[in-house]
Order: sequence, then structure tokens, then C-alpha cells
Amino acid sequence: MTKTHVTTSINGEAVEFLCEPGDTLLSVLRNELQMTGTKEGCGSGDCGACSVTVNGRLVCSCLVLGVEAEGAEIGTVEGIESKDQLHTIQKKFLEHAALQCGICTPGLIVSTKALLEENPNPTEEEARYYLAGNLCRCTGYDKIIRAVMDSAEVMRGEALR
Amino acid sequence: MSEAREFKYIGQRTIRPDGYDKVTGRANYAADLSLPGMIWGKILRSPHAHARILSIDTSKAEAHPDVMAVATYQDFPHVSSEMFQAGETPTDLLDLARNLLADDKVLYHGHAIAAIAARTESAAEAALSLIEIDYEVLPPVMDVADAMKPESPVLHDDMFTVGLAEKPDKASNIASRMELKKGDIEAGFAEAEVVVERDYYTPTVHQGYIEPHATTVSIDEDGQAMVWCSTQGHFDVRASTAKLLDMELGKIKVVAAEIGGGFGGKTTVYLEPVALILSRKSGRPVKMVMTREEVFRATGPGSATRSRIKIGAKKDGTITAMQAKLCFEAGSFKGSPMGPGCMTVFTPYDVENMYIEGYDVVVNKPKVAAYRAPGAPQAEFAAEMAINELADKLGIDPIEIRLKNAAKEGTQTVYGPKLKAVGLVECLEAAKNSAQYQSALDENQGRGLAAGFWFNIGGQSSVIINMNPDGTGTILEGSPDIGGSRASIQLMAAEELGIPPSHLKPVVADTEHLAYSATTGGSRTTFATGMAVIEAAQDVVRQFKERAAAVWNVTSEQVEWVDGVAINTAGEDKLTAAEICRGAEKTGGQISGTANINARGAGPSFAVHLCDVEVDKETGKVDVIRYTAIQDAGKAIHPSYVEGQYQGGAAQGIGWALNEEYIYNEDGIMENAGFLDYRIPLASDLPMIDTVIVEVPNPFHPFGVRGVGETGIVPPLAAVATAVSDAIDVRMTDLPCSPPRVLKAILDAS
Amino acid sequence: MATVIFSSELQRFTGEEKTHVSATNYRDLIDEILGRYDRLPANEIQKMAVAIDGEIIHDPFLETVKPDSEVHFLFRISGG
Repeated sequence: MTKTHVTTSINGEAVEFLCEPGDTLLSVLRNELQMTGTKEGCGSGDCGACSVTVNGRLVCSCLVLGVEAEGAEIGTVEGIESKDQLHTIQKKFLEHAALQCGICTPGLIVSTKALLEENPNPTEEEARYYLAGNLCRCTGYDKIIRAVMDSAEVMRGEALR
Repeated sequence: MSEAREFKYIGQRTIRPDGYDKVTGRANYAADLSLPGMIWGKILRSPHAHARILSIDTSKAEAHPDVMAVATYQDFPHVSSEMFQAGETPTDLLDLARNLLADDKVLYHGHAIAAIAARTESAAEAALSLIEIDYEVLPPVMDVADAMKPESPVLHDDMFTVGLAEKPDKASNIASRMELKKGDIEAGFAEAEVVVERDYYTPTVHQGYIEPHATTVSIDEDGQAMVWCSTQGHFDVRASTAKLLDMELGKIKVVAAEIGGGFGGKTTVYLEPVALILSRKSGRPVKMVMTREEVFRATGPGSATRSRIKIGAKKDGTITAMQAKLCFEAGSFKGSPMGPGCMTVFTPYDVENMYIEGYDVVVNKPKVAAYRAPGAPQAEFAAEMAINELADKLGIDPIEIRLKNAAKEGTQTVYGPKLKAVGLVECLEAAKNSAQYQSALDENQGRGLAAGFWFNIGGQSSVIINMNPDGTGTILEGSPDIGGSRASIQLMAAEELGIPPSHLKPVVADTEHLAYSATTGGSRTTFATGMAVIEAAQDVVRQFKERAAAVWNVTSEQVEWVDGVAINTAGEDKLTAAEICRGAEKTGGQISGTANINARGAGPSFAVHLCDVEVDKETGKVDVIRYTAIQDAGKAIHPSYVEGQYQGGAAQGIGWALNEEYIYNEDGIMENAGFLDYRIPLASDLPMIDTVIVEVPNPFHPFGVRGVGETGIVPPLAAVATAVSDAIDVRMTDLPCSPPRVLKAILDAS
Repeated sequence: MATVIFSSELQRFTGEEKTHVSATNYRDLIDEILGRYDRLPANEIQKMAVAIDGEIIHDPFLETVKPDSEVHFLFRISGG
């Protein structure tokens, strides 16, 4: 089998890679590009640990083929912070102790950013349902939701400035 | 001994030192490592739940150009039945080997039989089908009740029940029987004015860690091995691997990657010894990563149980007799947590007459592994449900009946010793005063309450604190961090040294940098590794004083250490830690503190949980609408991470009570081996989980710490099931209270 | 004389619930009870944890025992 050449943009940077037609975007990110921030928890789109954005849309990268990245804009956890400055969401996750083992954290942070871009003022229920695709086994979600609601408030305030 | 003292750093909600790597995706978990020249390993798994292996032919696989190594049970050096301390529980070496790669029998669907290493993951996977195996399929035994019947098919021809008065002459599936008693159970029931007796069932469940097992290993020409893996105990991975492969401990370096959840399920080995065999045979580094399906089918779940509880009491609520028969599924090889189940079942109660019988039974399911307070959730679920039924029957409030019979300091446990200072009464009082308990319920809503107990352990921890010339320091410790323990370790060191936490960096060191440290589990880290950190810090302080004394020409006894500063009590001089470290070269060399301890005096942690639910009577769906978790932490070093343990334990317990179970078909094959249908709680399933940290200091820890990680999973099973029973006015006895079961209970009752 | 209390499990080998020992440390205590009860499995008993006056000790090799101590044998507890 010959590999397919893919040209794409990841976190705003132009990237090229080779992959088999059947390789998932998750596998490409982790194995071809050594971007191991995106995690594999299940490989079947049930846990959200592999959450990324494709053209701004939140997806499970284990359910997207590497070749589908052609010409698209991919957003991963590595692109959330800017130049050594943590994003508000990342700061709030740390302040609220919204992580224990941390394996679900990259996926949750990507999902939270997508949530707040879509809905800057979610209710607790809206946040819980939006993030229902990100499984966490350690925290019981309490501190995660607090971090998300706090991030939303701070980001709304920043937007007004 | 702890004193009531003002702490400078303990109790602060600092940012965890490893946090930046975790929120940016930089933290390296086991599957994140790749090595040059690395190849991939995959495992061939049994398609049958129970079968004899008549022959294995790996020749076609070995001949394939992509295949670089094949491993089977024959590649283990001679293995015999021998109990050794692997992780926390004594393990039979032969059972461990046969679980990793089957010998002459496969004992569960998914049981590993052979492994292949090939250049790519997909090539290894494809080559598995080249291995030819001849099976004699046998009928599977899938439930503890069936397995205990004399006519049941037997998994092991050499299993004769241990713990009976006379050794049986017929093999059975009952590996062992145990009995614990206290007082006179018959007299106890004779005194009782009311008796509750009921049977309960809990299903096979999985710890549900989001990160599958993974390892990358290499071995060189000199037999020096490197193992990078996802584990709660890298020193015990080294011990198990050395035993299985007949290697010296000093030739195996194990590095604990960041771990994505364990909860007890990663206190044993599955991949690492197999990967090393493949690496040795191929001459290449080997990476093995389990799929989610493999995790469900072939790693160690939590035991299913069938229990009978009988409780006798006076009409005023005084309990006179407590009796239990607890049957635990061990999976394919002996070794369920039946023992701790028997020891914990009635421990929250100060009752003179108790009789407990336990059975460890094999079935054709994966060999069970530890799951957070192993044995206690299942056993105490049954006991707490019975107590709640008793309270109901007598018209006594469930908190009051527990207060009346509560275990406290001096209570004689059924397993022998008397309890030292404990906080059950304080937790019950906090529950009584909680906002949730005061609130009213609406139609279709119900409330449940339950208590929980776990012993917690101490054990061996090694710590080295290395001070740098600028007064900052590194803390090397050997406890893989599964919940944020580095934050508490940083705080405890800071408190003892008087140096700000941000100047101290805790590092989980590998097996070549420290002496043996016990597996992270048993809620031991903040307690035992904390104690070692404190002792190592005291060693540093002793040296700080000696150096200051040398500079001032006084004796060490004349130097006081206060808030990170040496004070000359025979003069006016002061020296900061940074100044002493800067001058260390001149005063004798660099300063390190060490402690290799075997910590004892672990304080048990009691908890009380409150759960309110609302049930949709048309569908049987249960919503948890309010939850409070109250638990004794002794002393909360970092309150956020203590709360996190309470909430996490509650969430796992809620899942166990409402949705989680292994669903098997009649061939013994698990039908829901994925997160879609093995339904753990989602963010949308749970409310905020309120927590109350009770602090009854553990007199054996310098800061009063009690382990908290495990107890929190114990109360939710009965708290939730009681709440459901209350909402639908039907007594639930079997878990999970999933919609079909709840709906059936409602329909059957009407 | 310290008191050693046997669980019902161990009573199968000792035939009695408790006994008194003159030993003042763990090793002598083990020798004394193994000498007194020949059915007590030596290997098993030495792998067990003990509780001395309520404190559970997993590795009692160096432990001392007071004249009024109460000693229980328990299975080593682990966790998850």
C-alpha cells in the first residue's frame, strides 16, 4: 500500500505528513507527528480523550481519517496556550483542581474551548451536556464544571474589554 | 504524634507542581513514549470462555517476513506455584504466569495465549491469525452461585477448598473459605426482638480508568532491561517481572510514566513481562498498548458477589447480632478480596456478637484485580442495605440507628484489634446537620444514607531530598501519582523544612534512583510517603543546623530551626536555608536528606454519604439530584485533592449502583466491552457533589493524616440503592439499579 | 504475660481462643506459640500481620511485646 501525502494546518502551522488511507487522525497526530497531547482512551469515539477540532468543529480524532485533514484547520490541545501563556481555561482547571490523573484533561480543555466559543454563557446543565462526551473517571466532574463556569465568566469579562 | 498546631503551608490550595504539563498535553503517559527501532507487540486472545488447549502451532507466524518474535507460556523460565508479594497482595507466581500467557487451559474469553512482535501495529495484529490453536471447548461457569454447586464444571483440577475442617477429596471451584467471629451469635439472635435477613447481589465491574495499559520496553546485550509503563507500582512491576523471567532486580529499570487512572487495576502486570520476552527474542524495543476492548475483556475487574446478611436488634435499635455469608467471584484464578470483605462488612458497628463466613470462588471471567477498597464496597453494600431496612422496620432514623451502634475508639473489631481514634460519629453528626439532610423531597424522589470503612495501609517508602546550592530542592519519591499526591508531598516537605512549596520540586523517581517503595494503593501515599518525606526533611534540617553550628562555632543543640531560618540561640546570628546551601561546599559538601521507612499506624477512614434521587416511573431511569460525601481525613494536607478523592469515589460508587455491570451471553462472552455500553457516569449524569472534610487526627502521623482515597467508594452503593428503594417504595437488593431493573421492580410491585 | 488471641480461622489449629506467652518480642512469641501448637502452620503464621495493642503492624519482625499486651494475628491488608 502506498501512503497518501496530506497537507494540512495544525494549530495555525502548515504541516505535511504521509499516512495509510485507513489511519485515523488520532494515530497520525500521535505516531507520525509525535503530538502525543491528544490521548487514546477507547478508539471508538466513546470517551472524548482524543477530542480535537476540525475546521472549528469538535470531533473525536479516532473517528476521523488522517486523509480527511487535507486542506483543513486542525486544533489540538497543544494549540490552546499561546506562546508560553496558559489559556484562561487551563489556568482555571489548575486553580479548581479539576484534574487528578490528567488523562482526560487535554480532551476536556479542547472541548471546553469549543463549548465557550459556541456558547459563551452556558448554564451548568448546558455545560454538563456539552461535555458529556468527555469521560472522566477520577473527579466526578464537580471541579471540572466549576472550572468551566469560572472560565466562562472570566472570558466573558475579557471579551468586554 | 500530632499536636493541634498552626500550619504555615499545610492546608493551602496550591497549584499542583505537575499541573502545567497536564493541562498542556506535555505530560508523558505510557503510550506516549517511542524509541528508535521500536516494533509493536500484539496478543492473541482466547475466543472461548473455557477450553483446554490441545496444541499451539506458531510456525506459520514465525515464518512470516513481518514477524520478528513470537512468545508463548513456554517462554517463561520454569514457573512453579509460589506465593510472593507482588504489589500489595500475595500472588501465586504460577497463576500470574498463566494469566499473562495461557498454559494448557484458557479460562476466560480474551485470555492471552500468545504474543507477536512485528514492525507495525497492523502487521502484528494481522499475523495473530497465523497462529493455529486446537481447543477442546468446555462449558463455562459464569456465576458464583453456579460455581459453588457440587455438580458444576471445575476450572482447576487441582483446586481443593482451603479452610474447611477436613481437606475435601473432590476438586471444586471454591478456592477457600474463611470465618470470623466475635461473641456468641446464637445468643445475640436469641436476644433480638426484630430480625432482618436478605440476599444481595453486586455485578462484575471495571475500575474504568480512561488510559488503557501500555508499555515500551527494551533489553540490551548485557540483559539490562528498561520498562516504561502505566502502573501504580513500578517497584512491584520490577519484582513481578524479575520473578517471572528469572532476572536480577538490579538488571531491570522500571520507569513509572504519568498514569491515567488505576484505582487498583494497575497494581499487577499484564504486558510488561510479555513485551520483554518479545524484545529479547527480536533484539528490538517493543511497544504494547491495549485496546479498550482488551482492557474490558482481559484485565482484572472488581469481583461480583452474592451475600446474605442477617441482623438482629432490639426494638429500640440496639443491634444484638450481625451475621454475613459473603461469596466473592475471583475470576479465573483464586484470589478475590473476600478477606477484606469479611473484615470490613460490619466494622462501622460496635456489636458484641458477629459471625461472618466468606468464600473465594473461581468462575470463567478475567482474574479479578483490586478496585478501590477491594471487597469493602460489595460487603458493606449488603450490610448497609440491611441496616437501612432495619431502621425502616423499627421506624428509627437511619442516622440515629447508626449513632446508637457506632464504632468508636476502643470498639473491638471482628478481625481482632480495638479501634484507635476514629471519626464515624463525627461523620454521622455532620450528616445530620447537613443542608441536604434538612431539605424536603418531592414526589418520585427518594433519599438514602450509608456509612463506609476502610483500614488504609502504611508500608515501605523511600525518599531523598537533594538541596541545591541556591536553597531550592528536589524531592525524589517512589509513589506514582494517581491523584495529585505530588501537591501534598510538596506541602509536607515545605512545612517541615520551612521553605516555600514553590522552591521544592517533587519527582516520582524510577527504580534506579530510590530504594524499594511500595505500590501506590491502599490510600498510603499521603500517609506513608508523606511520613518518609517528613523524616527526610527532618534529616535535612538536622544537617542545616550542623552547618550553621559549624559556621558560628557553636553546637547543633544551640541552633534552632524556625520558618526556614537557622537561629543561633547562643548569639544573634541567623542563616537562611539558601545561605546555608550556598555555603555547603565550604561546610562539608552538599546536603541531602534520606528516609527509608516502613510506615505503620495507618489510620482508618470512616465516611457517611447522603444521596437523593428522582425516578422516572415510566422508564425506570434514576437521576441523582443531590449528593453529599462526608469523610474523615485526619488532616487534609491539600483540601482540593482530598475533596477530589471524595467526589471521585462517590462517582464510581454511583456508577456501580446505577449502571455498571459486565453483561455476558450464554457462551461466557462479554457483550458490552466498551464505554458506550459499559456505562460509567458522564458529566450530564451527576450533580455537584458536596463534600465535608471531617478531621479526627490520626495520632500516628506527624500531621494527623489518614488515607482518604478508598473509603469514598464504599457508601454510595447502599446510599444510592436505598434512595431508589425509597423513591419507588420497593426494596432493591441487586445492583445495578439500571432502568430495566428499576422498571421491573415497579411493575412487579403494582 | 502477654495475651495472644486467635481468630476462629487460627482456632482450627490451636483448639483454643487465647493463650498467654512470656515472650517479650515477636520472634520469641512465634517460637513460643509454634512450640505450643504443633498444628499451627509456621510459614503461614509468619507471613501474617499482627496487631499489638490495637496497632496493626505488617512487618512485626523487630516488635516488642509488653507484659500486658494483647496480640492478634491478621491477614495483611492491601488496597486498590
